[in-house]
Amino acid sequence: MEIPENVKKRLSIPADEHFYAGHTACQGCGASLGLRYVLKTYGKKTIFTIPACCSTIIAGAWPYSTLDAPLFHTAFETTGAVMSGIEAALKVKGYKVKGEDGVMVVGWAGDGGTADIGLQALSGFLERGHDALYIMYDNEAYMNTGIQRSGSTPYGAWTTNTPGGKKHFLEKRHKKKVIDIVIAHEIPYAATASVAYPEDFIRKLKKARDTPGPSFIQLFSPCPTGWRSPTDKSIELARLAVQTAYFPLFEYENGKYKINMPSPKKEPKPIEEFLKYQGRFKYMTKEDIEILQQWVNHEWEKLKKLAEIFG
Amino acid sequence: MEYKPVRKVVSGNYAAAYAVKHARVEVVAAYPITPQTSIIEKIAEFIANGEIDNIQYVPVESEHSAMAASIGASATGARAFTATSAQGLALMHEMLHWAAGARLPIVMVDVNRAMAPPWSVWDDQTDSLSQRDTGWMQFYAENNQEVYDGVLMAFKIAETVNLPAMVIESAFILSHTYDVVEMIPQELVDEFLPPRKPLYTLTDFDNPISVGALGTPNDYYEFRYKLAKAMEDAKKVIHEVGKEFGERFGRDYSQMIELYRTEDADFVFMGMGSLMGTVKQAVDVLREEGYKVGAAKVRWFRPFPSEELYELAKDVQAIAVLDRNFSFGQEGILFNEAKGVLYNTDAKPLMKNYIVGLGGRDFTVNDVRKIAENMKAIIDKGELDVEVDWYHLKR
Ligand SMILES: Cc1ncc(C[n+]2csc(CCOP(=O)(O)OP(=O)(O)O)c2C)c(N)n1
Ligand code: SF4
Repeated sequence: MEIPENVKKRLSIPADEHFYAGHTACQGCGASLGLRYVLKTYGKKTIFTIPACCSTIIAGAWPYSTLDAPLFHTAFETTGAVMSGIEAALKVKGYKVKGEDGVMVVGWAGDGGTADIGLQALSGFLERGHDALYIMYDNEAYMNTGIQRSGSTPYGAWTTNTPGGKKHFLEKRHKKKVIDIVIAHEIPYAATASVAYPEDFIRKLKKARDTPGPSFIQLFSPCPTGWRSPTDKSIELARLAVQTAYFPLFEYENGKYKINMPSPKKEPKPIEEFLKYQGRFKYMTKEDIEILQQWVNHEWEKLKKLAEIFG
Repeated sequence: MEYKPVRKVVSGNYAAAYAVKHARVEVVAAYPITPQTSIIEKIAEFIANGEIDNIQYVPVESEHSAMAASIGASATGARAFTATSAQGLALMHEMLHWAAGARLPIVMVDVNRAMAPPWSVWDDQTDSLSQRDTGWMQFYAENNQEVYDGVLMAFKIAETVNLPAMVIESAFILSHTYDVVEMIPQELVDEFLPPRKPLYTLTDFDNPISVGALGTPNDYYEFRYKLAKAMEDAKKVIHEVGKEFGERFGRDYSQMIELYRTEDADFVFMGMGSLMGTVKQAVDVLREEGYKVGAAKVRWFRPFPSEELYELAKDVQAIAVLDRNFSFGQEGILFNEAKGVLYNTDAKPLMKNYIVGLGGRDFTVNDVRKIAENMKAIIDKGELDVEVDWYHLKR
């Protein structure tokens, strides 16, 4: 459908579409929505690097592609390195990189390919200061290989290799704070975002584009298949993750922290709110939920302090 | 412009670095490992001194990333180079498949070094030969001159057939040993090796492509065939580029197997790399002593010079294959391949495998003489004593 110019102006989300229908994500997939927003924001002058993950499939099998932009599919652990090579080649070839009229080099990797096996390449990419954006879409497990734990899987969550059984559940560690590891590299721009808050996400994408140097966005992306949740609840869950402060939205810019909560005055909702609809948490007892709540409280207080001191 | 070489006394590693400079490489991503390190150090020095411009140097955090970054750069259209050795090459293994599968003409120098454990930094070909099924072409240099020439030719061949190429030199024996290398003036290199014209690039934003996507059983098979075909076609390109190199610069590389005094030889020594310098010298000595022997230096191991091997094997009684490598549970790798090639042909020379020089064990003219004596005895008897001889073993 042609969108009239006057309506286009009123839209806060770009009307341009560079993510084709007919992709093969599951219904209610947060990752595919995220990819769509990235393409809407950056348009065709974007070079994607996608490692092994659900997005390999979402992007399409040869000879098809669901992305209207160049894309290099690569090995699981190499996103940061391949983007570095692309950026280096663009520079030597005289392209403008980053900025509104420049080429955007975007790494698009899952939490597994980022928090675990790809952490080394991510670190190298950040530390060398390449002009590119790394987006970790966080669905909190290895979904492509059948829902196994990643470092980003939260405490108590069932996965196929850390199941909850009659007696125990195996996932006893809290979610790895990848964004903190990233910030430790003192890069110019890092942020968290959520598919439930597209305007915020797009604003952050633009900021990443306009800030020279490496940038990083951790995008919360519900996965109904892996979370054992109804496909029509993905956005609600993503919103609840923010509202419970389980996945707070914030930015780190040149040493400064800024919290971007939708209702900054409101106290976070209890974590139970986020756990609902999700089969992966059904093994959790009251005590387990309390353990998770304590972690959320602690991390939230920490973030608030950081924003207070380094705001 | 008339060709007047510039003679420099350089190590094998510096010869590689000069070739990278003269090839106008655009992206170098690499990680240090002995004995490769000084290649990249020298390139970095060139950059720091302004002797190379229009280059991006990416000091990555691992060899795996060195190859991954080279892949990203090459897919974006740049001429990309890296270098490594042994453990580094093994760490790259996954990405070697990726480079070849994505048909990227990256050139890499591998400094042959033994695999650990036990730790060893000395010469051994098992590191590079372990990569033989990755779809990379492999050129084994005998001396520093061949390292320099090999890198220049490798770029031209790789960019013609759209396959990556490895130029392989021996740890220390070449990498750190200084020798005279005839270098080619920049203008003449530019004529021989014009800027790369990529098969595809990621910068065509109006016709965006996706590389390396999922290949279903309906398509994957054909991708493999095309890669196999490119490797087969590379033989012709290697011949032509080697010949052109000879015509322009006086060193002919048109043959994938260099034959040395084999015309009337009863038997020949066959092997790869710096080892063959010693062997050629030994051939001269042995000829004086009355042995009718020759040397066959396999320059290109991938693609494998099957036709040239057959031509050679037809006319000799026996071949002593010298392997500075070993495939456990089987035999020397060159030996294994050479036997395989000849099986369905009429050529049936006696073939014996000598495992030599592993992990840098010294291999001398006198060793070649001992092998010649053994070979003569075998030929006289008309049968092998053992098929695989661990020549240096302390018994
Ligand atoms: C070296 C290597 N090990 C394992 C795999 C198998 N593998 C493919 S995708 C994947 C999990 C991806 O998880 P994540 O990065 O979280 O993305 P998601 O699938 O959840 O989108 C794994 C383990 C691989 N491709 N390469
Ligand atoms: S498994 Fe999850 S992340 Fe993967 S495509 Fe399906 S919904 Fe999306």
